[in-house]
Amino acid sequence: MSNQQEMITISIWRGKEDGDLESFKVPLVDNQTILDLLTNIQRDVDPSLSYRFACRVGMCGSCAMRVNGKPRWTCRTLVSKVVTNNVLRLEPLSNLPVVKDLVVDMAPFFDKWQKGKGRFEAKNSGVKEFAPIKPDNKMRQLADESIECINCGICYSACDVVETNPNYLGPAALNRAWSLMNDERDGSRVDRLIAISGDDGCQNCHTNSQCVARCPLQLNPTASIAGLKKLVAMATLKGEL
Amino acid sequence: MSNRLEIKLWLAHRLTGMALGLFVIIHLITIMIVIQGGLSAAEIMERTSSNFIVAIFYGLFVVAAAVHSAIGLRTVAQEVLKWNGTCLNVVILTFFSFLCVVGMAAIIGLVL
Repeated sequence: MSNQQEMITISIWRGKEDGDLESFKVPLVDNQTILDLLTNIQRDVDPSLSYRFACRVGMCGSCAMRVNGKPRWTCRTLVSKVVTNNVLRLEPLSNLPVVKDLVVDMAPFFDKWQKGKGRFEAKNSGVKEFAPIKPDNKMRQLADESIECINCGICYSACDVVETNPNYLGPAALNRAWSLMNDERDGSRVDRLIAISGDDGCQNCHTNSQCVARCPLQLNPTASIAGLKKLVAMATLKGEL
Repeated sequence: MSNRLEIKLWLAHRLTGMALGLFVIIHLITIMIVIQGGLSAAEIMERTSSNFIVAIFYGLFVVAAAVHSAIGLRTVAQEVLKWNGTCLNVVILTFFSFLCVVGMAAIIGLVL
């Protein structure tokens, strides 16, 4: 075993939107994730470094940031897999306001979930019995994938439509709307279809599928959006909208 | 504009796009078949004069093309130029009318 440890240069975004990259020289350690690396830097080099994490095992999605320009979960990304020429660049998620360093304000992201009616609204008020939804229910099967979303914001950061039209609801909010549209117990179908249409809605998706390419859970928000477009088209033809 | 109207414009754009795909295929196949024996203005006029199937087909073609291109241009103007509002709608409606008039004039010239 060599005593000489390989060193890498890691450039980390510091400050707010008008901040800049700051470089750190750190040793390349086997099986180290980017989140481990950030923790080492914060503990040993610069305690003022801000970043966000909670579960560390790919369940919460809070550690998402851009690694070499691409949004990723840092807890599930090995440094050795993404480091190129011993250089690594870490920046906060794009399309969201930067709070400090690698931390973004997720409020606009979740505001859009509300705007797209991403809330369950019961069809029948005063529910007295459980509504059985069997595994072979077709609508339930359509939502099988979309309900797995953990709201990490990676697709929102990767979406180039959000980049050009900041009002666009984005893949995650539309994916959420799709899962609710396939919930038989939900009673705000028409209102939701109107909420997810128009200038900021599903019709703006350019089907570039950056959300699909970047989703760490390999979900397909583009397919959910295509499903919503179909529902909107059918509802319009039936005169419901 | 209201979301409901935007949805209808989007749907019209989609449906006319589908129709245009079909129309273009019919148009190209027809051309390939009818030019087998040569191509002259007199021959075309002979085939199209008083042919109301041609008139109806190309009438629908013109309307579909006018609707599709007008709505598409409006979306491009909104997304790329960030242009919105009544002024844009007036320009697009003028463009739509222009395409309809020019297209229909060509059909009338062929059929009547």
